[in-house]
Amino acid sequence: MNRAPPLTQLQSTVEPTAASPSPSTSPNRPTAEARSLLATAWLRIRRSKIALLSLCVVVAIMLFAILGPLLSAMSGNDPFTSNTSPDVLDDLQTPGLPLPGYMYPSASHWLGVEPGLGRDLFARLAYGGQVSLTIALLSTAVSVVLGTVIGAAAGYFGGKTDAIISRIMDLFLAFPHLLLVLSLTPILQSRLRDTPLGQGSFLPMASLVIILGFFGWAYLARIVRGQVLSLREREFVEAARSFGASHLSVLFRQIIPNVMGVVLVYATMLIPTNISAEAALSFLGVGVKDPTPSWGQMLNAAQSGNWYLSDPWFLAVPGAMLIVTVLAFNLLGDAVRDALDPKASRH
Amino acid sequence: MIRFIFRRTGSLILLLVAVSFITFTLFQLGPADPASAACGQECTPERVAEARVALGMDHPFLIQYIDYMRGLVSPRMIGAPGAESICQWPCLGKSFQTNENVSDIIARSLPYTLSMAVGALVLWTVSGVGLGLLAALRKGSATDKFIVGAASVGVSLPIPVTGLFLLLVFVNQLHLLPFTTNEINSPFGPQGPWAWVLNYLLPWVALAVLFSAAYIRVTRTNMIETFSEDFIRTARAKGLAPRTVTFKHGVRAGITPVVTMLGMDIGLLLGGAVLTEQIFSVPGLGFTAVRAAISGDLPVTMAITMLAAFFVIVANVVVDLAYAAIDPRVRLQ
Repeated sequence: MNRAPPLTQLQSTVEPTAASPSPSTSPNRPTAEARSLLATAWLRIRRSKIALLSLCVVVAIMLFAILGPLLSAMSGNDPFTSNTSPDVLDDLQTPGLPLPGYMYPSASHWLGVEPGLGRDLFARLAYGGQVSLTIALLSTAVSVVLGTVIGAAAGYFGGKTDAIISRIMDLFLAFPHLLLVLSLTPILQSRLRDTPLGQGSFLPMASLVIILGFFGWAYLARIVRGQVLSLREREFVEAARSFGASHLSVLFRQIIPNVMGVVLVYATMLIPTNISAEAALSFLGVGVKDPTPSWGQMLNAAQSGNWYLSDPWFLAVPGAMLIVTVLAFNLLGDAVRDALDPKASRH
Repeated sequence: MIRFIFRRTGSLILLLVAVSFITFTLFQLGPADPASAACGQECTPERVAEARVALGMDHPFLIQYIDYMRGLVSPRMIGAPGAESICQWPCLGKSFQTNENVSDIIARSLPYTLSMAVGALVLWTVSGVGLGLLAALRKGSATDKFIVGAASVGVSLPIPVTGLFLLLVFVNQLHLLPFTTNEINSPFGPQGPWAWVLNYLLPWVALAVLFSAAYIRVTRTNMIETFSEDFIRTARAKGLAPRTVTFKHGVRAGITPVVTMLGMDIGLLLGGAVLTEQIFSVPGLGFTAVRAAISGDLPVTMAITMLAAFFVIVANVVVDLAYAAIDPRVRLQ
C-alpha cells in the first residue's frame, strides 16, 4: 500500500507558497463530472423497481416534511397548541387518554391527538420530520466534507501525513459511537448555551449536527483514502502536476472529483444512520426535547408515562414513519451503490 | 505467533493510552464548567471553588490525567482538602451524584450488561449465519429472496420501535412474558437459568432482529464468493460429501468477515446496549451511562465510555487471533 517515493520527492521539492490553487492550469471540469455521475446513477436506478420505489418514497417523505406544516395549518392545527378539555381527553378512567373520536385519524385531526397534552399528531409528525431530516442531512453533510477532504489528503500526501491521519481514524473508529455521542451531547450543549447557536430550539439541532457530523467521518475517510491511494498514481494526476498545479489544486480539482462516486454512495448510506441516531438520542432524552418535536422526541413521549401501553397508536405513528424513512433511504443507498460502485459487495 | 501477539500487545497498549487520553480530554476540557456540575443544584461561588480543588482542577491538565491513570493501579485520595476519602484500586473517580466509587457502580452494572450481551449474541449469530448460509446455498431461489428481503427490513428497524412494540405485544397484551426485573442478573442466581432466559428474552430478540440482518448479508455474500472459488471445486471434484465441502471447506474460509463483525459487536455490546437497556429498564452499563449523561455525572460517563472503547479495541485484537484459528489460509506474521 505504501508505494510513495515519487510523490514524497515531489512534496519535498515543492515550495509551500505554491499551495494556492491556480484556476487556469486545471483541464478538469468538475461540474460536468458531477452531472455525468448523477446521470449514470439515474440511468441505472431507473432499471430497478425497488430502487425507483424507494426513491419515490424518499421524495414523498421530503415533500411531507416540507409541506406538512402547511397542510396541518390548512386543517387548523399547529404542533404546539395543547387541548386538554374533557371533550378531547379523558379525565375519568385514564386521565389524559384521548377519547375515541380523537385518538385515531379524523377530519379535524388527521392523525389524532397526543395523549396527555392533546396536541395534533399530524402537525407534530410533519414538524418533527423537518427537525429530524434537517439534523440527519446537515450532519451527513458535515461528515461527508470532513471525511472526503481528510481521507483524500491522507491518500494523496501519503507518508507521515497518512500515518498520522490513519491512526486518528483508527481512534475515532474505536469509540462506541452511540455511547460517545450520547455522553458528549450534553457537554457540547453546556458550551453552546451562551452562543448564538444555542438559542431555544436551535440548541439541540445545532449540537446534534455538530456531534453526529464530527464523529461520523472516519469510516468514509478510510474508504476515500483507499481510492485515492490508487488514483494518485494515474497519468492525469502526473500531468496536472507537471503543468505546475499545486498540491491543493490537484487534490481538489483532480483527485476529489474522481472519488465523488464513492462519496455519493456512502453519503446515501450515512443519512439513514443519522436519522436513526437522532431518533436514538432524542428518545434517550439528550437530543431534541419537548415542546420541539422530532421523530425521536415523539418516541420518547410515547414511552414516558407508558402512554404507548394505553394508546399504541401514539407509538405507531412516529414508529412507522421512522421505519419507512430509514428503510427507503437504506434501499436507495443499496441502489446507488449498485449503480455507482458495482465492485462493492452487497452487505 | 508469539511474536505477533507480542507486537499486537504493544500497539494495543499504545492505542488504549491514546483512547484514555482523548476521553479524558473530551470530558475534562469539554464541559463549560465541570466544577459547577460537580457541586450540584445549590451552588455558591465558594462551593464551586471548593469543587475545583476537590476535582484537582487547580493542577495542570497533564497532571490531572496522570493522577487519574495512577488510580487505575493504586489507591488514591480524592476530594476537597480536609474532606478527602480514599478511593480504592481501581479508582475511576467518584460519582458527582452519589459520591460512590465509579468502579463500584461499574462492577454493579456489568452483570446486567453481560446477561444482555451473551444471549443476544448467541441468538443473532446463530440466526444470522444460519439464514445467510441457507440463502447462499439456495442462491436465486424464493427462499434466498425472502431472506434477503427480510434482512433489508430488519436492518431498518430502530430498537426503540421494535423494543416498545415487543413490550406492548408480549408483556402488556398477551401476558406471555414478565416485565424485566432488576433481581436477575445471571443464570446462576437463586431463580435459576430459566427465569434468566425469560427475563432477558425480549431484549435479546430486539437486539437480534437488528443485528442478525447485517450478519445474514455478510454471510450470504461471502459464502457465495467462497463457493465459487477453485478450492471448493477441487474439493467437490475429489468426491467429498457436499456437507463436508460446505462446512469444513466453505464455511471455514468464508466466515472470517463475520468473525470481524462479531468482534466489533461484542466490544460494542459490552460497553452497554444503550437503547435496549433503557427500553427494558435493565440497569447495565448503557442504562447507567444514559442516567449519568443526563444528570451531568461526568466521572461515570467518562469511565463507561473509556471502558467501552477498551472493550472494542481488545475485541479487535482477539478477532485477529481468531482468524488464524478459523481460516487455514491466514498466517500471522
